[in-house]
Amino acid sequence: MTDISQSGPVLAADGTPLKRSLARALRMQKLRALMLIAPLLLFILVTFILPVADMLFRSVENRIVQDTLPQTVEALADWDPASGQLPEEAVFAAMAADLQIAARAKTHTKVAKRLNYENPGVSSVFRKSGRKVSKWDLAADGPFREKLIEIDDGWGDVELWRTIKTYSGSVTSGYFLNAVDMQLGAEGPEIRPENERIYNTMLIRTMRMSLIITFSCILLGYPVAWILANLPARKANLLLILVLLPFWTSLLVRTSAWKILLQQQGVINDTLVWIGLVDDANRLVLINNELGTIIAMTHILLPFMILPMYSVMQTINPSYLRAAKSLGATDWTAFWRVYFPQTVPGIGAGSILVFILAVGYYITPALVGGTKGTFISNLIAYHISTSGNWGLGAALGAILLAVVLLLYWVYDKVVGIDNVKLG
Amino acid sequence: MSALPPYATVGQRTWHYTFRVICGLVFFFLIAPIVVIIPLSFNAQDFFTFTPEMLRLDPEGYSLKHYRDFFNNDSWQSAMWNSLKIAPMATIVSVTFGTLAAIGLSQPHVPFRRAIMAILISPMIVPLIISAAGMYFFYSRIGLQGTYIGVVLAHAALGIPFVIITVTATLVGFDRSLTRAAANMGADPVTTFFRVQMPLILPGVISGGLFAFITSFDEVVVVLFVGSAGQKTLPWQMFIGLREQISPTILAVATILVAISIMLLATVEMLRRRSERLRGMSPG
Repeated sequence: MTDISQSGPVLAADGTPLKRSLARALRMQKLRALMLIAPLLLFILVTFILPVADMLFRSVENRIVQDTLPQTVEALADWDPASGQLPEEAVFAAMAADLQIAARAKTHTKVAKRLNYENPGVSSVFRKSGRKVSKWDLAADGPFREKLIEIDDGWGDVELWRTIKTYSGSVTSGYFLNAVDMQLGAEGPEIRPENERIYNTMLIRTMRMSLIITFSCILLGYPVAWILANLPARKANLLLILVLLPFWTSLLVRTSAWKILLQQQGVINDTLVWIGLVDDANRLVLINNELGTIIAMTHILLPFMILPMYSVMQTINPSYLRAAKSLGATDWTAFWRVYFPQTVPGIGAGSILVFILAVGYYITPALVGGTKGTFISNLIAYHISTSGNWGLGAALGAILLAVVLLLYWVYDKVVGIDNVKLG
Repeated sequence: MSALPPYATVGQRTWHYTFRVICGLVFFFLIAPIVVIIPLSFNAQDFFTFTPEMLRLDPEGYSLKHYRDFFNNDSWQSAMWNSLKIAPMATIVSVTFGTLAAIGLSQPHVPFRRAIMAILISPMIVPLIISAAGMYFFYSRIGLQGTYIGVVLAHAALGIPFVIITVTATLVGFDRSLTRAAANMGADPVTTFFRVQMPLILPGVISGGLFAFITSFDEVVVVLFVGSAGQKTLPWQMFIGLREQISPTILAVATILVAISIMLLATVEMLRRRSERLRGMSPG
């Protein structure tokens, strides 16, 4: 080869410039990797991401008022609720027409139920009127204002019309406001009266109990992780099985074990009475309260705290402690100033993991929590399966999801999702 | 922590032993609730506590009646069969998709790797009640709510993060030149995969599959929402049993499930140690 060929671009075997050839190979590689991932990504998207998105959408979706009462919504557009006056006859006529169609299609009860979430009492007004209005002759039977008020004085209440107008949009912040114990009043969002605030209490209780559980896990998990990391490998592996067995045991099994052990006639109370610590007449109430939930969930989540702590402690060089002591530190100083700071990443990883898992727990609080020890998840489940207020359930779910995703993001920054280890 | 040095002071000695006692108590807390239900399940009475006969180790106090109950009761039996029909199918789906994707993810150049990983791991992070509610709404729309396929798909989605995590962890130690060597000798990609790569990552795939299996086998929240009476699984039946009228049969079921978990744990541990030994990461 002469010097001339080196001055031009370097060529690959097939004559294309090497740079372009490499770029193409890289592109092919990326494409192949993506092709392998694509089926799963699609699968997760359809079976998981879309359902969650669907639920989030329900927390703001509010088409029902517009769809069921289209003429009323249009007629109400010019009405000013701040005036304190009832809407004009045209609005009542529109309502009568809408109600007639809705009652015949039997959809008036649905819109009534929706509006009842915001203004208790609306439901009965709609139900009562629906049957009668469906028999009216819309062309002849006016004026409708007096006729409707005659059926139920609810129609003469400005609040009812204000509620309809407020919730006539196709999206609403109403469910979210409800979920944080607020409501859409005449002048925008306002805080509910003290005796109606339940969701904030629930959210705070969930957070507080999750924090207690996380903290108990740190307290119980730290010594165990330490002893596992500092014993000879053979012994440590044996003891590790004692941590992994609960981890692998069915959640229902562990919850039923606690339900059986914590009963007033259960093994724990029997033992305490037998030892003489507790009087037979005053057996401890350990279940169906906050304490029951905390004990059972600490037990269930403890392995998730021990495993990350253990993997961090394994990497700490024991000679640091010896060096500290040889420099004159007491046992406590050596531990607190030298060893403990190195274990903080493990504590952080474990705590976030335990907290994320705890705030979303449903089964254990439902079974051992009674009424005092339930979590926000139990309330979501109640709204979705029992009360039928899906929008509110979805809004509460969205708030819970936001909390969890925020923590997940922190976890990713601190630990990295690639470093999640199992067993 | 190893042995105490001979010059340790009294205080140090006391702390050394106190610390061991504390650790012992925590281990006891971890394991006792699971161990206690095993003898209780052989109770001859319908009690949830040890009877005086049991404490005297009198054979009269023990019986297999709760186990007989479990095997003769129709609702427990159908629940068990439903679980055994759903979990393996969900496992197959998540292992197939998950392994392919894990291989894709461990290629050297993957665009948006972090984002993709975050999406694939999300079923493990999102609280189950939210997944369950979302799936309930969405699967009702597309007609999968209350069907066998719906439950299998939902459980497969929940199991996928575990497969992804274990298989990508195994692939970290995989020597890429082996596939190149195979290709060099004329093997096509499919042959290379089944004859070279698959046998080497098999332990990771199996333990991922076991994780996916146990996820589905233990799952109750999603199946409560997505399933109907025809898909009532063992955990569902246990949940009902615990919430309503708690019968001692549940102890027998729990003991059987503990035995299954011990077997699964043993398998996973064996596989993990084998692959670590092969990679020369640990001597034992």
